[in-house]
Amino acid sequence: MAVAGPVAAAPARDHIVVSGVTVGYGERVIQRDLDFIIRRGDIFIIMGGSGCGKSTVMRSLIGLVPPQQGKVMVDGTSLWDLDEDARQQYIQRFGALYQSGALWSSMTLAENVALALEQFTQLSPAEIRELVRLKLALVGLAGFEDFYPSEISGGMRKRAGLARAMALDPEALFFDEPSAGLDPISSRLLDDLIQELRDSLGATVVMVTHELPSIFAIGTNSVFLDAETKTMIATGDPKVLLAECEDPRVRRFLTRGEDNPTEAASAAPPMAQSRP
Amino acid sequence: MGFDASGITSWDSALIVFVGRAQAAAARLGADFDMSGLPEGAQRVFRLAHAVPPRSVTAAAGERLGLVGRIGKAAIDLAGAVRDVFTFVGDVAIALIRFVTGRARFRRPDFVTNFADCGPGALPIVSLISFLTGMILAFVGAIQLTAFGAQIFVANLVAIAMAVEMGGLMTGIIMAGRAGASFAAQIGTMQVNEEIDALRTTGLSPVEFLVLPRILALFVMTPLLALYANFLGIMGGALVGVMLLDLSWEGYIAQTKSALDLSLFARGLIKAAVFGVLVAMAGCLRGMQCGRSAEAVGKVTTSAVVTSLVLIVVADAIITVVYNAIGW
Repeated sequence: MAVAGPVAAAPARDHIVVSGVTVGYGERVIQRDLDFIIRRGDIFIIMGGSGCGKSTVMRSLIGLVPPQQGKVMVDGTSLWDLDEDARQQYIQRFGALYQSGALWSSMTLAENVALALEQFTQLSPAEIRELVRLKLALVGLAGFEDFYPSEISGGMRKRAGLARAMALDPEALFFDEPSAGLDPISSRLLDDLIQELRDSLGATVVMVTHELPSIFAIGTNSVFLDAETKTMIATGDPKVLLAECEDPRVRRFLTRGEDNPTEAASAAPPMAQSRP
Repeated sequence: MGFDASGITSWDSALIVFVGRAQAAAARLGADFDMSGLPEGAQRVFRLAHAVPPRSVTAAAGERLGLVGRIGKAAIDLAGAVRDVFTFVGDVAIALIRFVTGRARFRRPDFVTNFADCGPGALPIVSLISFLTGMILAFVGAIQLTAFGAQIFVANLVAIAMAVEMGGLMTGIIMAGRAGASFAAQIGTMQVNEEIDALRTTGLSPVEFLVLPRILALFVMTPLLALYANFLGIMGGALVGVMLLDLSWEGYIAQTKSALDLSLFARGLIKAAVFGVLVAMAGCLRGMQCGRSAEAVGKVTTSAVVTSLVLIVVADAIITVVYNAIGW
């Protein structure tokens, strides 16, 4: 496995440590033997081709899909060894933005953002209203408090989902394909927003994506999942991977297929480069 | 094997399929295969189609099972389904305890919406169905009872049948079609949109947040609607009695009063409450089991209604036997 860590900046603390994790549904294994470390303040990219199980891996990090094997350690505590209530406490320190935004369609944007605050804090309705306005303003949706999700565009839904994910000031934000279905400019703005929020709020960001521009623009660390071998084949800063990783599959992905390794790959035995 | 395409003026995908078959045939016969005679574009399309070797998809897809295999798979699936039901009932019970002790998390406005949708929203259809049911019962009774000159007992027949059986049953069936189907479709769509996942990661239990308000709404509203259905059914019977059997309004109402007592209503309303809970549970369970596609939403909605109807009839039979056994 090509490990290319960020060039020793301030030693960041490990936030989420994935060790030996295998995920799948029933008897079907989707990804196996995953080992990677997400440090505090990282913008960590989970990348790989379509259908390789990126989203499922993310779901096991945020407590939705139990891994079949291995451990997910959050601040040194094994997430899946906790009982349901204790796990819930950990998960509440995470915020997640789903592929489609996943706003609750029967509630207005304000109610979407407010729900967690109403349920889990002792704040007064007036304070909640102010906080909601702030969160929506942060994502550029001031004035849209009383709109329903069906009344706004896809990009706005994504941003509203982000506002909701930030409602409880999470320590880690998870994004499932944030730029899917967005035009290049909205997608760029969303990237900037994510980076800005990471810098200002100091949250760890974990992002499932296959958008190369986003990966290189904001990613500080990454793991590359392969659909064929059903495991990870590289981890590290995506820019470093592009420069140094020699695995043809990773190269082809990161160069959008331009660095065409078909000759090299068919000449060499197919598995030769995987996890030496 | 080669091609002479000099006579071809235009071609479509059928040519590519034909070339594919020709190539397979050539390979079978061990003959050389040369497609240089084909139009340039067709050669390119053919190469494109065969550039990536077909991927052998692992398991899941189309493995064919023999009879024994299918029976075994059905048994395993059934065990899973039974486990799902028990898990769900357990989750609902836990949520109910948390609700009673004031620890359940939900939104008050959702409660109001659910109660309004399931109760007052169903009044028109319940009115129509129960009024007609009362009339039908009166007609059926009238033909038999007139033979004995006992027309007035049509009032007894309608009143007792509505109160004990038909009011609750008809309301239950309407709830299955109306509320049960809508619960399954709502929750199923939320499942498709990942809204349920969003609830979980927010730390909210979908059972407390979505299922419990719906079950309570039907638990309260179905008996109330059944009571209303009883009265409308009796009115329907009275209309037939007055118009067809020349009974007087006063006489019909007096006879109805003498036939009924509160315990008859209670028997019907208890049934209605049970039907309501069953319909809500079936609708919500199916919704929660929904896959991530539009087709899945359709499937769970159908399944919710069918399950509800089966449960209603089975429960009705069981409750009736129990009433009988305890001599009520």
